Amino acid sequence: MTDAAQKKVASALAPLQLSGEHHLCPGCGHPVAWRLLLEAISELGLEQKAIGVVGHGCYTNIVQLADIDFLQCLHGRAPAVATGVKRVHPGAAVFTLQGDGDMASEGLAEILHTAARGERITAVMLNNGVFGDTGGQMTAASVVGQRTKTSLEGRDAESHGYPVPVAELVAALAGTAYVARGAVNNAGSVAKTKRYLKRAFELAAEGAGFTFVEVLTMCPTGWFLPTADGPGYLEGTFEQTYPLGELKGSAGAKGR
Amino acid sequence: MPARLLQGSDAVARAAIEAGCRFFAGYPMLPFTDLLEAMARLMPAVDGVCMNAETEIEAVNMALGAGAAGARAATGSCGQGIALMQEAIAEAALNEVPFVVFNMARGQQDYFQATRGGGWGDYRTICLAPKDVTEAVEHTQLLFHLADQYRAPVMMYGDYLISHTYMSVDVERRDYGPLPPKDWALDGSKGGTGASRQIWTWAMGKANDPGPGPDRHWQRIAGKFEEAARAEQRWEALDCEDAETVVVSFGTAGAFVEQVVAELREAGHRVGAFRPISLWPFPEEALADACRGARQVLVFEVNAGQMIDDVRLSVGPLGVPVRPLGRVSIDFSGMRQGEILTVGWIRDRVRAAMEEVPA
Repeated sequence: MTDAAQKKVASALAPLQLSGEHHLCPGCGHPVAWRLLLEAISELGLEQKAIGVVGHGCYTNIVQLADIDFLQCLHGRAPAVATGVKRVHPGAAVFTLQGDGDMASEGLAEILHTAARGERITAVMLNNGVFGDTGGQMTAASVVGQRTKTSLEGRDAESHGYPVPVAELVAALAGTAYVARGAVNNAGSVAKTKRYLKRAFELAAEGAGFTFVEVLTMCPTGWFLPTADGPGYLEGTFEQTYPLGELKGSAGAKGR
Repeated sequence: MPARLLQGSDAVARAAIEAGCRFFAGYPMLPFTDLLEAMARLMPAVDGVCMNAETEIEAVNMALGAGAAGARAATGSCGQGIALMQEAIAEAALNEVPFVVFNMARGQQDYFQATRGGGWGDYRTICLAPKDVTEAVEHTQLLFHLADQYRAPVMMYGDYLISHTYMSVDVERRDYGPLPPKDWALDGSKGGTGASRQIWTWAMGKANDPGPGPDRHWQRIAGKFEEAARAEQRWEALDCEDAETVVVSFGTAGAFVEQVVAELREAGHRVGAFRPISLWPFPEEALADACRGARQVLVFEVNAGQMIDDVRLSVGPLGVPVRPLGRVSIDFSGMRQGEILTVGWIRDRVRAAMEEVPA
């Protein structure tokens, strides 16, 4: 990388971002998702209302890097913890940030019950279909055919079962006001994902119900791919299993 | 506030609310269920929240979230439910979130669970075991104070008898002195100011204000529990000064043992009773003092022998024999599955042990 390119990156801190230094791998999609989250919070003027409840994964680092209140909690439990926070501070913009391992594997009960209760929070799942933080093992959201360190020949539905579509499950529950699935592998998806996040925060603030945004993110390290191949792999595999778009509560939809 | 005849669970719920508890989450399980029902009934009148949590894991994590947000929060369960909560109790000890766990246990078989815990890391849980509803009301209020004082989850070891017995009690708020401000609690108000807050077991801090990191953070917490171990020992000793036989028991079993000792004293026997009120920290020195002149120490607990380990650790250096007197009884859970616990049964065992007392 040239000095000029480094300089450009260093000057491009998102709002509320305290440092441009992080430990994530080249090609990781999480920092893009962080940026969208922070931009959404900032543009909606929620800086001094936001409380983030964060699970365990590569993304956990955001609690050091963003200038908003954060509670880092146990793997899988963020929606239950966020429920306690929100009930104490009903006026706060409480959101959770979890990976697919955290939410779809360890914490499926918590996310479903929190959605069913219609907690006025925004739950964000960064879905890269792999346990990135522990080095590339299969999660409940790994797509069929996906090679991981614990599905060496690719996820085989016969022996490993099928991926869990959390967004679709959550959308089926009456307590849910809004569900969308975005991605961060190209500029168009990035722009849409930010709109989804903003709408989710707005609806939660209005008291419409539980809001949920899944973000498909690249993990070339955990996918065992060259860095530059991440965005294409996401489109060719993940987007086939997890179609993008608003699943529930879009601005044009009648009712919720 | 005048004393009122209240069922134990109702009294504990009212005492918790008097102490400022405004968030409760639970999942039904006998004999804890009545406390959950009482909270669901009483919380709305004070604009408090009582959550029907879908699992005990969610209940304790909800309490953790509410505690982190600055509320006086509580949860509870018993046995298997408390087992499910261990992960979050340990986590809250290590990320310093206060709340109270009402362990309305099925008998006394969960002493190890309450005093050792099954979570990970270097943590301890202050645990108070009331002998009756009057003491349970006092402990309820004290526990909220201790939770805030040490910024840690704390536990009451109650049981069926605490939960279901009616007693005339005064639940009015008690003052246990000033507490540090909750300037660590999350309310979202400091975002974007450079002073936003963070609660994290690893205590890494923020990029603009780095924290101590896990090693130093956990070392400080270990120091906090050392301090609690010295400062928070509570006990009751009865007629131990000249006792040849000291009977040690905890919780509601202690009320039975008190009666036995009173009867045997009247009959001229040199017998005393010692009851740890704080199961952790265990009142080691006080127990050793109480047993200094004794020829034997009897341990009555309604389990196969758990607290006896702490008794041996405490009086071991004295060289006094320590003997178990208790037994497993499911009936003590209130489930009507075994023989009922009676003063007579304990008295017979104590008397027999005194006849066998070593020279």
